[in-house]
Amino acid sequence: MLRSDRLRPRLGGYLVPIIAVIAALLIGAIILLRLGADPIEGFSALFSGAFGSTDALIGTALKATPLLLVGVGITIAFRANVINIGGEGQMVAGGLLATTTALVLPDVPTIIALPAVLLAGIVGGAIWGAIPGALKAYYGVNEILSTIMLNVVAVQLMAFLLRGVLIDPAEIERGTRIPQTKRLMESADLPSLFGSDRLHIGPLIAVLAAVGAYVLMWRTPLGFRIRSVGLSRDASRYAGVRVKRTIVLAMTLSGAMAGLAGAVLVFGSESHRMVTDGSTAGFTGSAGFNGIVAALFGGLHALWTIPASFLFGGLLVGGNAMQRAVQVPSALILALNGLVVVFVVSSDRLRRRLLSGGSEKAEERSSSGPDPGDGDPVSSGGGEP
Amino acid sequence: MSRLFTEAVLIGIVASGIRLAVPLLLASLGEMYGQRSGVLNLGVDGIMLLGAFSGYYLVLRTGNVWVGLVMGAFIGLLLGLASAVISVTLKAEQGISGIGVYLFGLGMSDLLFQKMVGTPIPISGFPDLDIPLLSDIPILGGMLFQHSAVIYMAFAAVPISLYVLNRTTFGMNIKAVGENPEAADSLGVSVTKIRYATVTIGGTFAGFAGGALAIDLGIFQQNLTNAAGFIAIALVYFGAWRPMGVMAGALLYGFVNALVLQLKTLGIISRGWSDISAMAPALITILALVIVARRFRQPAALTKPFTRGT
Amino acid sequence: MRKPRFIGIAILMAFTLVVAACGDDDADDTTAATTAATTAATTAAAPFRIAIVAPSASNDLAFSQSIVDAVNVVAAEMGNVEIEVTDGTFVVDDAAAAIRAYAADGVDLVIAHGSQYGGSLSEIAPDFPDTSFAWGTAADTFGLPNVYSYEAASDEGGYVMGVMGAALSTSDVIGVVGPIEVGDAKLYVDGYQLGALAEKPGATVNIVYTGSFGDVALAAEAAESHLAAGADVLTGTAQMVVGAVGVANENDMLWFGTQANQTSLAPSIVVASQVYHWEVLLRDIIANIEDGTLGGEIYSIDLANGGLVIEFNDGFDLPADVRAKADAAIAGIESGSISTTP
Repeated sequence: MLRSDRLRPRLGGYLVPIIAVIAALLIGAIILLRLGADPIEGFSALFSGAFGSTDALIGTALKATPLLLVGVGITIAFRANVINIGGEGQMVAGGLLATTTALVLPDVPTIIALPAVLLAGIVGGAIWGAIPGALKAYYGVNEILSTIMLNVVAVQLMAFLLRGVLIDPAEIERGTRIPQTKRLMESADLPSLFGSDRLHIGPLIAVLAAVGAYVLMWRTPLGFRIRSVGLSRDASRYAGVRVKRTIVLAMTLSGAMAGLAGAVLVFGSESHRMVTDGSTAGFTGSAGFNGIVAALFGGLHALWTIPASFLFGGLLVGGNAMQRAVQVPSALILALNGLVVVFVVSSDRLRRRLLSGGSEKAEERSSSGPDPGDGDPVSSGGGEP
Repeated sequence: MSRLFTEAVLIGIVASGIRLAVPLLLASLGEMYGQRSGVLNLGVDGIMLLGAFSGYYLVLRTGNVWVGLVMGAFIGLLLGLASAVISVTLKAEQGISGIGVYLFGLGMSDLLFQKMVGTPIPISGFPDLDIPLLSDIPILGGMLFQHSAVIYMAFAAVPISLYVLNRTTFGMNIKAVGENPEAADSLGVSVTKIRYATVTIGGTFAGFAGGALAIDLGIFQQNLTNAAGFIAIALVYFGAWRPMGVMAGALLYGFVNALVLQLKTLGIISRGWSDISAMAPALITILALVIVARRFRQPAALTKPFTRGT
Repeated sequence: MRKPRFIGIAILMAFTLVVAACGDDDADDTTAATTAATTAATTAAAPFRIAIVAPSASNDLAFSQSIVDAVNVVAAEMGNVEIEVTDGTFVVDDAAAAIRAYAADGVDLVIAHGSQYGGSLSEIAPDFPDTSFAWGTAADTFGLPNVYSYEAASDEGGYVMGVMGAALSTSDVIGVVGPIEVGDAKLYVDGYQLGALAEKPGATVNIVYTGSFGDVALAAEAAESHLAAGADVLTGTAQMVVGAVGVANENDMLWFGTQANQTSLAPSIVVASQVYHWEVLLRDIIANIEDGTLGGEIYSIDLANGGLVIEFNDGFDLPADVRAKADAAIAGIESGSISTTP
């Protein structure tokens, strides 16, 4: 396939997801009207809250960070044909190990502290990903089952540790017993960018991780092996790929990315503590699920996941702004979120077909599972007939 | 420890385990149909929540639990049909579209509750239906035969599903479509129709499960299911796409949960270990599968959309 | 191609749902986020602006609703108050963003109604020295001059409930259903246990923490497990207890509520509820702000200052001697002769 083909935009194809989002928002507008809120005011608040100012853009970038990291991990696992829906638990595991590391480390400078806690996050998530990977490869336990169950385990582990050994001693002293750590060491705070109050290097880390995953998946033999296992386990086995080990590795890498997201959440949070409300979503903001959405919007391609995460993060941040502006229940934002996902993913076929020049066959090849080789998710497998 | 082996406690654990298993069993059986034909629906929990709210709401308004239960199932049917449109006709990526349906159900059920009801108002649940003679058996009667009718219905769905899958043309077609849609298609089986049917059945079961849960608890509130729909999906894998296996998984999960609760109540598990012990159902489910797994293979066409002529 | 027809069905489905959503709006609309704003009092002065950030729905009949109700009470008294609510923000970072946005928007008092928001607040408040923040339930102002904190001595009400529970129990087995052993829930449960054992030292108090704030079905089965263990009196805290109340109701076990008046959930078995009236301390906080003091104090509602109220269910025939014991416990706690913390 020629490079120029790939770069030639097909306007209709790119418009499809936008139209799908608008359709979902139109339904939202009807609901807003029924709730007695002004949809125009609501949606302008959504847009300006997401992209309308420097502050809004910062909020969107921060919201997009865990989505992107989890999404990058998803691109690795799904390419190996492993469905990782354990991002929530992996984020928690990463956050917990990173937090524990910060609590046990002596007072060391940033140059040591920061890499140490981020690495701990990666390791925590990697362990939580490796378990279902190994269970699948060696014991035939389906990863959907084990990742769902490990999410349940992680939330209890978080409660056990945060109300137990990791709790802020002052909480016990005061008797208030809020399940949170003390403020973690300042030298492990994610450094801020451009002197901003809020913006830290988290988004940068996520983008670097995406680039790294792209290189890994498309420019290294390991990436090739992961993709080939995803396309056909039998063929890979005949070709001498160690399939089981590759599956474990893909899940480990996927979990590692989610774990890093957990660590970034802790050390990039306003509070610089880990705190729980007894649910995973309270910590992750459901990024373990939403990251899957971002990755699939990005065509399971690490680089395309960057803009996909940013737009999806914008929708989440803007939704909160809309809630503040027109005073609607947060439940509406959640429902709207779901509608957008359903509409965009439902229109995905149409987008692929338009982008692949309308050929039914080309469209079929491009979407029947991970695409065969080329790095570009948008036109891969398609192109001019 | 001796406090554990009293009649009341033993009956309590088994009866409680059965009640906890039922919503999982229903949702999981329904999901099994879809997966057997090659469609993964991750939106089960969202459908359960909307089924739960509509069931609850109808009971609140009419006072009739059966009307509510039918309404829950009907809303589930509609959402199942919508899920089929999304994943069969529009061929949306199945994992992701299900997450969308889940988020929609989670938000919408809460929004409807806030707008149409407001604060939690209790409703009366299902009456217990003691099975004549059997319910009088010492101990066993209390464990197994003094439940509400919905619980017997849920367990009746197991042999019915077994029969449908293995003894009817429809069941054969489901399995054929899930294993090799191209071959099924060439034999004149409509892959689209079969998948529409199974995903709609799945939605109906999920809505029914949600309605049964809400009416049994006599209340609705935000996120009532607490992600039970996801556990139900996991149990389909536990049960290796077989009705008996699914039932075994649901009962295992329910019993371990009930046992842990009772042990906590009696102080045998101390308060310091309450979180750790709450992991038990999830961990034991994984462990049990490690022991029995590897004998089963998933439907070959699972998660793969079908287009004729490729 | 039959596709267009199916897409038609898809659109139809979507609209069915919307119609379902929009039909039948007959319940009252006083809920949640509707701005209960201003009075006609003045148009000259700028309104006093209060924003609430709360973790659950503002009509949850529990924790979040307690603060929204209180702010509405205070607003009605003061007049010319503008209230904004962001509820359902259980994600701490989202709450932090909302707190920051309200402060930047010039709100006079931002109420961060969740223990878990404190860490974030301690970082945000210094950036807005002219805004006052109130945080609860907690007992820490981080040494900041513009942060108030507020807490509820829920152990006090718990103690009173425990005394009544033990006195009313005939089996001398008493059940408690809790979420996770933290914060306000732990305070209440510990106080309840203390009160029950003070009334009846030989009684058995079985305490279950289910491990979840949201699992209603598990809370219901926890109540069943108490029943199997012989309990005839139950209490519990957090939003999932609605399931346990239902089980208690079916089996004629007595119930003691907290955080909100739960009588409506089971009118025949609810003996009493501990209700939070945050307006008691909100009045002081707002008066301070108007005098120019933006924070630095820790407030608490308790039985003595009237912020915690034991509301008895008039429909329950409480024996006079048990009522006397409850009143004696309340008096003892108010005078300080009874300690309600272990």
